[in-house]
Amino acid sequence: MLSAFLIPLFSRLWQRLSDLIASIAGAVLLGLSCYGIASLVTGSPTLVYRMGGWMPFLGITLVYDSLTALVSLALNVVGLAALVFSVRYLDHYTGRWKFYTLFMLVLAGLNGVVVTGDLFNLFVFIEISAVSSYALVAFGADFDELEAGFKYMVLGEIGGTAILLAIAMLYAKASSLNMAVLSELIAANGQTPLFWFIVATFLVGFAVKMAMVPFHAWLPDAHPSAPAPVSALLSGVFIKVLGVYAMSRVMFNVFGLSRANAPAFFNLLVGFGVLSIIAGGLLAYNQKDYKRLLAYSSISQIGYILIGLGIGNYWGIVGALFHLLAHALGKGLLFLTSGSVERETGTRDLDKLSGLERTMPATSWSYLAGSLSIAGVPPFAGFFSKLFIIVGALEARMYWLAVLAALFSTVTLGYLVKVVNKAFFARKDVTPTPARESPGTMVMAMLFLVVVTLLTGIGFKPVLNWLVGPAAQVLLNGLGYARTVLGG
Amino acid sequence: MIALLACIVLVLIGLYAVVTKRNVMKIVIGFSLMEYAVNLFFALVGFKRGALPPIITNVNMARNFVDPVPQALVLTAIVIGLATTALMLALAMRIYEKYKTFDITEIKRLKG
Repeated sequence: MLSAFLIPLFSRLWQRLSDLIASIAGAVLLGLSCYGIASLVTGSPTLVYRMGGWMPFLGITLVYDSLTALVSLALNVVGLAALVFSVRYLDHYTGRWKFYTLFMLVLAGLNGVVVTGDLFNLFVFIEISAVSSYALVAFGADFDELEAGFKYMVLGEIGGTAILLAIAMLYAKASSLNMAVLSELIAANGQTPLFWFIVATFLVGFAVKMAMVPFHAWLPDAHPSAPAPVSALLSGVFIKVLGVYAMSRVMFNVFGLSRANAPAFFNLLVGFGVLSIIAGGLLAYNQKDYKRLLAYSSISQIGYILIGLGIGNYWGIVGALFHLLAHALGKGLLFLTSGSVERETGTRDLDKLSGLERTMPATSWSYLAGSLSIAGVPPFAGFFSKLFIIVGALEARMYWLAVLAALFSTVTLGYLVKVVNKAFFARKDVTPTPARESPGTMVMAMLFLVVVTLLTGIGFKPVLNWLVGPAAQVLLNGLGYARTVLGG
Repeated sequence: MIALLACIVLVLIGLYAVVTKRNVMKIVIGFSLMEYAVNLFFALVGFKRGALPPIITNVNMARNFVDPVPQALVLTAIVIGLATTALMLALAMRIYEKYKTFDITEIKRLKG
């Protein structure tokens, strides 16, 4: 957050300084995430920090547990890549320092969301990152961007307001906003109809934020219209952190829902997930706009994460969280490639792009890597995440779900490969669209993500044991969260 | 209790405005209505019959204050609402410059 305020001050002097500050801040964030993971892995318990020394009932606590570690890693990796990418991508835009300021605000907000242990604080950070992102989407101030930005803003804020309303209702009952304290109170009081109403309100709020069908309408407009690094951040991170993480944190840890005591809720998640997978997947097929296709694909992939969570057993949740990571990396990468293409060729229309492999090899291969990961081809990360989700489905004896997941993996591959064939690796007789390869830093950012995706896939065993497994345990532990926070 | 329900009704009215109106400005107003209704709801949550405003002066160190926590939270929420409304209006202004209309049925270049 420091950088968010430094940038407007100093960048009046020197345009390029904002790039430097932002990139350093991004790298520092990533470093901190890795450090946090390392310390958790080597056995120190969950970090709990009380702001101002107030006891949990009265004050705001910050909590850094395994789930936080996983999500903050995903978010900072993609954030750093997007930042590095922005350095050259922004050559077309004016108001450079404004972009970076907003971007850093979004990152600050997102990091705040994953770290907070207080419900209202959660709302504040959600709104910080959300409002900054609305402005970022509309950054280019052209027709499409403004319309998309406005639509996104109205829908997004309705979601945010719903979350605030749910928090208000919860406070009315519980008189505290600390998540750990709340979960103890709820465990004591059980599930009344009011409780369910609150849950429903929350769900609506989060559903909007994470573009769950049928609340997804803002996404296909907002993602393509935003500048590419913003799209990467939006699609790969934002909808996951705000939507999936926030929802999981509230539902699992605060409300203590689990398959055992709330099967209807979980079936609902599965249902919405299935809807998302199908709608997103099918709608992606016909898209002519490169980024819009990727946007529908994101809707579909969020569906996978939802069914993983909805299945509710260990492998389901592991798969969902792994996919959160894999998709963040993969989709972030894909959107960066789209930015690269857009910048060099000036168009996103798939009918007009062809044979880019010859002119933009790094971008093409990066795109291939990203698509393979999301479609679920080994040894990329996406394969393992989908595998785990399917295993979870089989264990829960939902065979139809497993079949569906596998089937739509094929569809995913289909529409992603469509772009590969048309735009990138065309046959010999097609004349390539005139273009040059993107500048060095952009390529570096893309390759960075390719490498991380590959590593996460090949090294899935350690990732599983150290990162995703413990994170899933945190969710499964549900109400144990309270004990961890309050005891320590 | 009645006040709380009335607030929920206000939220729904705001939502109705956002969903059905065609003019962009009316949508923004509807949204503001929704936001303030939620804030009002939240502030009312802390009410106790016959209690005093939560300000400590030298004279009254009594215990019987209205709950101050929601008031503090609502302050924050109002500020957030302010930022949001400001951004929405800025976007609306820019949209008007580009599209020359406030009618959302005509601001529909993105399809599919």
